[in-house]
Amino acid sequence: MAPSEYLSAALLIIGGLFFLAGTFGLLRFPDVYTRLHALTKADNVGLGLIVTGLALQATSWTIAIKLVFIWLLVLLAGASVAHLVASSALRKGIRIWKR
Amino acid sequence: MQMLILALAVFLMLNLGAGMWRVLRGPTAADRMLAAQLFGTTAVAILLLLAEASGSAALRDVALVFALLAAVTAVAFVRRAWTDREEEHGTE
Repeated sequence: MAPSEYLSAALLIIGGLFFLAGTFGLLRFPDVYTRLHALTKADNVGLGLIVTGLALQATSWTIAIKLVFIWLLVLLAGASVAHLVASSALRKGIRIWKR
Repeated sequence: MQMLILALAVFLMLNLGAGMWRVLRGPTAADRMLAAQLFGTTAVAILLLLAEASGSAALRDVALVFALLAAVTAVAFVRRAWTDREEEHGTE
């Protein structure tokens, strides 16, 4: 295996772990705001790592650039959705979790 | 390498299955929608992995459509579908 393949495999595995963290956050955190925090950050980092790992193996530049643009679209969407859901939940009076 | 990519795709699929629990449980409509958001991001990752493993480039376009649809769905949910007040069960 070439060195870039080792790097790519490591990035893919770390990305998978970030997805696992995001799912755990969604299942374990106490209210909608903390779940939003777990989901929209951990998952997008995980997707970014997987995209980087796949881009290292890509056979042409167009594929790598396309992968990066898909990630940027997901990032943009995730950020706006997190903001919309959180502000809407606040306006509807969903209480913020306190210890 | 092929093996690792396929194993990772299966692992992400299991993640999706675990997220299903939050859809069933709620408690607010927003929590269910967040699980749908998780499905969107994870489905994009799975499709990109499968595109690499199977060598069919069209799956990358499918992933692009999934990314777009997840965003549109969530915005439509917040602006149109999420109308009921949910003060009585704010926290578990």
